[in-house]
Amino acid sequence: MPIGYYLALSGLLFAIGSAGVFLRRNIITLLLSVEIMLNAVNLAFVAFGRQFGTVDGQIITFFVMTVAAAEAAVGLALVIGLFRHRESLNPEAFTSLKW
Amino acid sequence: MVFDHLLFYVFGAVSVLGSLLVIGQRNPIYSVLALIVAFFGLSGLYVLLEAPFVAVVQIIIYAGAIMVLFLFVVMLLNVPREGASEWDRAHPFYRPWPPRIGALLALLLAAQLAWALSRTPGLGIGVADQRPAVSSVAELGRVLFTDYMFAFEVTSILIIVAMVGAVTLARKRED
Repeated sequence: MPIGYYLALSGLLFAIGSAGVFLRRNIITLLLSVEIMLNAVNLAFVAFGRQFGTVDGQIITFFVMTVAAAEAAVGLALVIGLFRHRESLNPEAFTSLKW
Repeated sequence: MVFDHLLFYVFGAVSVLGSLLVIGQRNPIYSVLALIVAFFGLSGLYVLLEAPFVAVVQIIIYAGAIMVLFLFVVMLLNVPREGASEWDRAHPFYRPWPPRIGALLALLLAAQLAWALSRTPGLGIGVADQRPAVSSVAELGRVLFTDYMFAFEVTSILIIVAMVGAVTLARKRED
């Protein structure tokens, strides 16, 4: 399987994730789109690691997963706090700095 | 060999379709479930890349822990699905001109990625053609605890900070 196929798939997934961030109006879906982008990068890392015969790609994947877990925990805590204030998940409801 | 290619297309299609469903769903619960399906597809791709440990971790950590956290929050908040009127108003193809810039930027990014890939040499080389795979967990652990020792320890600090931050942010204020 040529490396280009994996990179094309990775780029496609990243584009889908970024499209989700740009287009959707729901904070939870925005966080899910960020997860899609992180996974697209993971796929590229593992594919390159396989091609170069090193273990580094897989290791960096673990670090990315840790960052994703931390981001999900803090992000979802923020979402819960915002939802308590505004009863809404639309990012356009959170445009004022103070209320 | 042909079987490998077939599996790549199957897993790739699963992950792409799952991701498309994530951003195409109105109901956040369906989005989370679609993302779990996409992660199973990615996990299959990791197996094809001879990284079985990453594949297992992808299922256990991502699909098992992170996505369950998302699902838990979605159900805790009892998130309403986006109403039809809001959907129509927020949908990029129905909105007036300025907000459509986001959709254009997404398209531009996809075009840039395709352009960069089309100009990169050496993409036709097979992933398994040049070097033998390193897929043993023992080797992974050895490198993780020697070469990446510092990053590993910093990761533990990151997790503690994230945990304290999440507890602090989600706590009810008594005031």
